[in-house]
Amino acid sequence: MDSIAQGFIRAFDLILHLNAELFGIILLSLKVSGLALLVATILGLPLGALLGLRRFPGRDLAISSMNTLMGLPPVVVGLFVYLLISRKGPLGFLGLLYSPSAMIIAQTILALPIVSALCHSAIVNVDPVIGQAARTLGATPGQVTITIIKEARYGILSSIIAAFGRVMAEVGSILIVGGNIAGYTRVMTTTIALETDKGNFELALALGIILLAISFFVNAVLHGVQKRGAMPSP
Amino acid sequence: MKLAVSHIKKAYAGKAILQDCSAVFDKGGISVLMGPNGCGKSTFLRICALLEEADRGELLFGDDSAPLTHDLALKRRITLVLPRTGIFNTTVFQNAAYGLRVRGRRPAEVAGPVREALAFVGLEQKKDQQARTLSSGETQRLGIARALIIEPEMLFLDEPTASVDQENTAIIESIILDMKKQGRSTVIMATHDRDQAERLADRVLVMNRGMIEER
Repeated sequence: MDSIAQGFIRAFDLILHLNAELFGIILLSLKVSGLALLVATILGLPLGALLGLRRFPGRDLAISSMNTLMGLPPVVVGLFVYLLISRKGPLGFLGLLYSPSAMIIAQTILALPIVSALCHSAIVNVDPVIGQAARTLGATPGQVTITIIKEARYGILSSIIAAFGRVMAEVGSILIVGGNIAGYTRVMTTTIALETDKGNFELALALGIILLAISFFVNAVLHGVQKRGAMPSP
Repeated sequence: MKLAVSHIKKAYAGKAILQDCSAVFDKGGISVLMGPNGCGKSTFLRICALLEEADRGELLFGDDSAPLTHDLALKRRITLVLPRTGIFNTTVFQNAAYGLRVRGRRPAEVAGPVREALAFVGLEQKKDQQARTLSSGETQRLGIARALIIEPEMLFLDEPTASVDQENTAIIESIILDMKKQGRSTVIMATHDRDQAERLADRVLVMNRGMIEER
């Protein structure tokens, strides 16, 4: 209990007197997770739309695979990316191991199935009458697709919120491919793991509180946007 | 625009909905297609509005001597107001503007026609309101405004008053009669309400067991 209380005091102290090292760790966490989320959204949204709006052989298998991949164990992703980019791996020549880029790749792989599966779900839940109405008003097939995606925007936002939660809290894969190098690949979650190992519970807990606060803030903003705009089809 | 429908057949999951439908709709006026719920009126309108394809038969838009191909250009000359209008999750204004926006018209160009169309259906005051907060009658009127703004040569209305109250039914009927006075569109409307057909129609057709008969 004493450690927890100390942790809270230390957390507020850290927030109030944010030092450059801690600020760098927080910033790198946001940068890695943010970029991974951006790439996952750029790839996942069209993939979800394709699966939601088009019929083609193997579609059901693709949907089931995507849903399964939502539960990918981070350490397995870390191992896979490690084998891919390690010096002897097929992409070893790129020299990405133990770099923020490697962490972004690993987190993108974790976020992509979440974004695409939940985008797919949001898009298939749009009332079919929306697409029909767009067609009756002279929309081209491409315009119909954009209209349906716009209608699903709040569900799509949910998928991004879920993926953000996943990548911000993730530690296994980025520890393997990033190496937790101080000032270069050390992020909040890997610092928490390291400080816990060292018995420095106050700092670990303080970072945990800051991590939770950031997640809470981002989620609250996105949820606010979602709540304001989501209206069921009459 | 004239439409000639010849021997249309349509079945869903082996069940025949349209058996052998033929009719000619000349330019102008209001043709009302009557029949009980489930008799195939909506399917017929959806096929005529090129929203669905018939299993067999032919649709001939335009003159016999110069039939029009079923392409996007033709689709943009006709429209269908669905019974559940499919209102987009945005403002009344943006809903009304949709047909012009997909035709590439700039925001500044659509403001005037949108205001005019919304005034025509009595929704001008609600242009900035979220469309999904409208009542069912207002929603249906917005659906009509959204269709009118694109100035269709052929307008299909599928049970436009099926789920609205008496007051809104009267408003919608008066809008349809005003449209007739303006004479811009050939209107083909489905309803199961005999009295409404009498009030609005220049011509009544009856759909029975998947076939159309003139009354």
